[in-house]
Amino acid sequence: MNQRLQLKGSIAERCSPGGLLALLLLGWLLLAWNGIAEAATVAEASTKGSQGADYWRQVTQGSSGYSTNRSDEAGVLINRSGQEWRQLRNDKVQPYGKWALLGTVVVLLATYLLLGSNKLDQPRSGRTIERWRKFDRYLHWLVAGLFIILALTGLSLLYGRYFLPELLGKAGFISYLQLAKSAHNYLGILFAFALTLMLLKWFLSNIPSVTDILWFVQGGGMIKGKHPHAGYMNGGEKLWFWLLLVGGVALVLSGLVLDFPAVIGLRDTLQDANIIHAVSALVLVCGALAHAYIGTLGTEGALEGMLSGRVDEVWAQQHHDLWYDEVKDKK
Amino acid sequence: MARMKFLCDSERCIECNGCVTACKNEHEVEWGINRRRVVTINDGEPNEVSLSVACMHCTDAPCMAVCPVDCLYQTDQGIVLHDKDACIGCGYCLFACPFGAPQFPQEGAFGDRGKMDKCTFCAGGPEEDHSDAERAKYGRNRIAEGKLPMCAEMCSTKALLAGDASEVSDIYRERVIARGSNAGAWGQNLAYNAAGNKP
Repeated sequence: MNQRLQLKGSIAERCSPGGLLALLLLGWLLLAWNGIAEAATVAEASTKGSQGADYWRQVTQGSSGYSTNRSDEAGVLINRSGQEWRQLRNDKVQPYGKWALLGTVVVLLATYLLLGSNKLDQPRSGRTIERWRKFDRYLHWLVAGLFIILALTGLSLLYGRYFLPELLGKAGFISYLQLAKSAHNYLGILFAFALTLMLLKWFLSNIPSVTDILWFVQGGGMIKGKHPHAGYMNGGEKLWFWLLLVGGVALVLSGLVLDFPAVIGLRDTLQDANIIHAVSALVLVCGALAHAYIGTLGTEGALEGMLSGRVDEVWAQQHHDLWYDEVKDKK
Repeated sequence: MARMKFLCDSERCIECNGCVTACKNEHEVEWGINRRRVVTINDGEPNEVSLSVACMHCTDAPCMAVCPVDCLYQTDQGIVLHDKDACIGCGYCLFACPFGAPQFPQEGAFGDRGKMDKCTFCAGGPEEDHSDAERAKYGRNRIAEGKLPMCAEMCSTKALLAGDASEVSDIYRERVIARGSNAGAWGQNLAYNAAGNKP
């Protein structure tokens, strides 16, 4: 710039002496100033106007425009919640879910090793009474069977890619997950019906009472030789029922949302449904592990009630004394 | 090694939808699926801007991170491709994608999602190059032919640039210098800068 200025100055000097130089200098300066100002205006218009920082910030926050593409959310340039969902699922649900599942298994194993099975205090009487009717038992095993299939397929969708390809081979893993996803989607609807029926059928037997609080306060039968009072359902069974009711409703509703993407295709809804579904499922799987342990290894004579429908009178007296008194009186 | 990128210059895009049509024709994309779309912000108002969007072939691709069957992969050119045979149609890639790129045909009893379909940067899929299977599932493999994506090739105003990152940015840098502003580029940080992905 200085060179050009000197050049101009030298030409002016040659053409005419004196004040002409000053005039030319002034003129050049004016021109230059005008040019700078003009460039500044152009730059300002294209950065501060429609496409300024504020504008792009809006777009990246997920604001929607017009698109000739008529599919859902085609007008949204940036899906903000996608990254949040990814982090929630991969960095929170996956690791915490894994620790919750492993933690439950460890606690149950420790309980078994430390306390052992809750045996009957007296020898069996040989006289049995009916505890679960045929309908109740079929309903229980239908829900349980579906739950196991859904839990295994669901956990495969959440964790499978990290270890199953090594176990089954890449091709085996892919075939299995194809089947798992279809089974999960279709059986889930059957599970929703079966669970709803079961919750309705057993609702009245599971209304909490003071006896249940005392049952928990007295250790819920965990302490050797001490058997707190309990009716047809004890406090622990009622707790599992209510966990199943609250968690199950969340699980089933979010599952139905995910099942029909053609009806609810918006990403935010599906992301939320996915997280609710995964969290409630993980909580219920942990609960189901505990329930299965208590009902089989943990308590002598409990499983036969749900298999044959009948329990020994000694068992009934020990675990559900208030119910036993009721039934005994009716006999 | 080349790193393939898209860049849409919003200063130039005129919402002609030529890229959408070129893509659909080149790959004979099935009914109801558009691998690319044009979005117009402030439509019909002052400061109207249009942009062409498809899969941006992100560096830290969210779709790859969430896929339960791990069916997405990135080529050494940075192109994100997927295996349709493995896809189970769960839709997680769509939940996670910042650009709304994954598309699903409706199938099955409840309008289930079929196999995911998305922009392949005209690079086909895991099948053998130029095989019938690759053509049927993913469309033409122009990259294997030494050609660049059809959408950018057909762009009437050269708003949409596709190709090696260094060349794309050279072209764009020239424009920036000529214009005196870099307001046109879009989505670059989000797609290619790992830091841009973390909110």
